[in-house]
Order: sequence, then structure tokens, then C-alpha cells
Amino acid sequence: MTDVKYSKDHEWLTLDGEIATIGITSFAQQQLGDVVFVELPAVGKTVVKGDEVAVVESVKAAAEVYTPVSGEVSEVNAALDSAPETVNSDPQGGAWFFKIRLSDTTELDSLMDSAAYDEFAVEEG
Amino acid sequence: MAEDKILSKTPLHKLHVAHGGRMVSFAGYSLPVQYQGGIVKEHLHTRNAAGLFDVSHMGQLEVSGENRAAAIERLVPADVNGLAKGQVCYSQFTNGEGGILDDLLISNNGDRLGLVVNAACKDADIKHLKEHLPESCGLHYLQKRALLALQGPKTVQVLKRHCDIDFDQFGFMTRRHAVLFGVEVVLSRSGYTGEDGFEISVDGEKAERLAECLLGEKEVLLAGLGARDSLRLEAGLCLYGQDLDESTTPVEANLEWSVGARRRNSGDFIGADVVLEQLASGTTRKRVGLAPEGRAPLRGGTQLRDSAGVDVGKITSGGFSPTLGSPVAMGYVASTCAAIGTKFFAELRGKTISATVVPMPMVQTQYYRIKN
Repeated sequence: MTDVKYSKDHEWLTLDGEIATIGITSFAQQQLGDVVFVELPAVGKTVVKGDEVAVVESVKAAAEVYTPVSGEVSEVNAALDSAPETVNSDPQGGAWFFKIRLSDTTELDSLMDSAAYDEFAVEEG
Repeated sequence: MAEDKILSKTPLHKLHVAHGGRMVSFAGYSLPVQYQGGIVKEHLHTRNAAGLFDVSHMGQLEVSGENRAAAIERLVPADVNGLAKGQVCYSQFTNGEGGILDDLLISNNGDRLGLVVNAACKDADIKHLKEHLPESCGLHYLQKRALLALQGPKTVQVLKRHCDIDFDQFGFMTRRHAVLFGVEVVLSRSGYTGEDGFEISVDGEKAERLAECLLGEKEVLLAGLGARDSLRLEAGLCLYGQDLDESTTPVEANLEWSVGARRRNSGDFIGADVVLEQLASGTTRKRVGLAPEGRAPLRGGTQLRDSAGVDVGKITSGGFSPTLGSPVAMGYVASTCAAIGTKFFAELRGKTISATVVPMPMVQTQYYRIKN
């Protein structure tokens, strides 16, 4: 199984070489409720860890998605435009948000593993 | 984000928690924003079958005294005196400038008038009533009663199975005493969803048992505040504090239909001079329904500009319509550009999005009218 890392802002990240795939966690989508719209960053955009790079709109409210790593946006999941509800049904699979070509791999060290995130999310919930 | 204030609980609090309600703070109450199925499911279920809502946070009041109708008419523009026994109407408490202090339902309960007011306003409403009602009138706060709302096209078939009254002759905006699942209730054929449905006033101690009985029916699903908000928005119904406030008059809010014909002549309610002048000469702004382009909702507070870039209004309620599968909104715009089809522009995260004036309700209402 792929190694999944987690941020305190409830994003998940998997790594394939120097490309990180990022989405929001199952806990995050549960908190948001029914997702009706996702706004994704432009491909090619340079982002810095902690930047607000995407927005998730649920029926009730909008929530920002922050990038847990710095680099360049290499790809976005355009399928979310027409099927934003996948964020609820498959948050940590088909509903990835964007991919980033990492500029600083040491940033990965500050992310949590699955066990640490589960504990963190329980406290937040 | 700890809340120091202790939240009030409704008689259904235990039931909400047991059914997986996500409890939030609303108008000083702990209430479910949604249950496990989520807002969209609860919303669509209410449009297609029957949704059960706990609205016990709303204030249920009664006014007694021989001159009660005249006394209440001083505070609202509705024709209260003209209400037949069992009839219900929608109205507003107005201030001296014609602004809305709260919106409410008024009913002729026979020997008393019934008032149902918003939770967030009820303390202020009670103070307002105490200040203005003559000594010959009594004000009764039915604090121990719960209020449920069962809304949707299958509501009547559910109630028919467990309540022996003639629903064919039970019109929209009327109320009746009834026995439902063996429990004494008052049914009012009214609601906040645009659907046919009932608001059910019941002794708080019997509310949980009644709710569980209703939930035992295959058509009925619990629905929370989230669905209540998206349903009322589609139905073009105002939320006090968002779409209505003390600086907004019933005429600006497009509620002139609720100003009684007789009251337009008598002009004897608080703020009547402003309201009647606006009825005669119009207002500078008007509440309209809006359809934003694309899929991203435009939320309350969003400024609206005309094609020349001039600020001409503001969205007061906005969200995503589960029924239409697109964003919907309502807001106030200059009356000179309030016609259906007029296009406005709003900024959303650095992008310009258009929103077009559409007729309200945005989703067709299904209120029951007696057939002859």
C-alpha cells in the first residue's frame, strides 16, 4: 500500500517520485457535508506550503484547501468539476485535488502518518 | 471556539443525538444541522416524500383578552380581525420606520390568538408585546410545548393512517386540533419548505414519543437545519436576520401581499405611514430571486454590480439548490433594475460571476388548496 501522509489542515498526500498527489481526508469531507463545487488551482502555478490553493463548497459553506508542500502544480483533477460529489464518496482515492512537483522534500518530514492523523482528527472532531 | 453560553435543548434533544444529529448552536439552542445522510439527502427526501423537522426552538405564544385582535393589529400589518377561527396568516412586527422586528405566523385559535415567532427574536418579541398590549390582554408563552414540522408530498398519506380527520377539507394556512398516534396535537397546514405539510404543536413531554412514531413510517426521514435552510431558500421564503431586519420594510422585502387590504386604508399599525407611502410610491430597493451562473454558490453578503460596475445590491441568502442542481440566491437590488432577466455581476475569489434575476419561488411550491 502507498504511504499516505497527512497535514493538520486535513489534507492527505501520496508521493510518486517527486510528484505529490493531494486531496482532503475522509474526516474533512465528513465535517464539510455534501460537496457541490470544487475550485482547483491553475496548472503551472508555483505554490508555497500553507498557501490556499483550492476551495471546497458544500451546501452550507465554503472551505479553503491549503497545500501541505511547496512546488509547482503539475496536474489537477478536472473530473471534480462535473462530479464534485466524489469528494464525499471517494475522498482518498478518485477525488484527489491536485499534484505538485516538490521543490523541498524536507517539508514532508513535518507531516503525520496515518496513526498520528487519526489521533489528531479524533481530538478535532 | 468554546462557547461559554449554555445552549438550550429542545424536548427532542435526546432523539437528535440518538439519530446521529450533528448538533450546532442556533439561536441559543443546540439543534441538528444534519443527520448522517447529509443535507442533500434530507432536502431531496422532503421534496419527494416527507421530512421531519424539530422546530421547537420557535416561540409559541398566545394572546387572550376580548380586544386581542385590535391590540395585535397595532403591531402588525395583517388583517388579524378578519381571520376566521382556525385560520393562520403570515405577518411581521414592524417598527416606527416600517422596518421588520420579526416575522411570524398569527392564528385565530378561538378564544385566543396564536403567534409563532423566531427563536432568536422571541425574548425581544415578548418584551415588545408586553410593552404594547393593553392590560386587558394576557400574554401566554407556551414554553412547554414542542413544535414539529412534517413536510413533503407524502405527509398527508402518513397522517391519514394515524389521524382521523378530513384532510381533503383541511386547507393551507388553517389549523385544527387532532389526535395523532393517540397524542393530542394541534396541526397547522403550513411550513417553511414550499411543500404541502404540517406544523405539529404538541406537549413537550409527548414530543419524543410522537416523533418516534412518525419516524416509524416508511415515508418519513429526519431532516436538520441545513435542509430547512436550503428548502426555504428554493421556496423564496425569508430568513429573519438574513433577508429581513429592522431596516427592511415588508414592501422592500416583496411581502406586500401580507399587508391586509383593510389595513392599507386604516393605516393604524406601527410604521404604517412608511409602509403605506411605499405601497403608493414604490421603494428604492426590492428583494429578488437570483440564479448565479456555473456551480459555485454566491453566499449572503456578496455585493452585486450592474454592467457598468456600479454597486446596485447585495445577496442576503445564497447556497446550492439540491433540487435544481445549481446555485440559488436571494438579495436586494435597486428597484430600477429588479426586473426578471436582469443580469448582475459579483466577485468570487477574484473571478467575476453573473447572477440573473429569476422569479420566486425558484422551485414551484406545492401548498394544498381545497378542491370543490
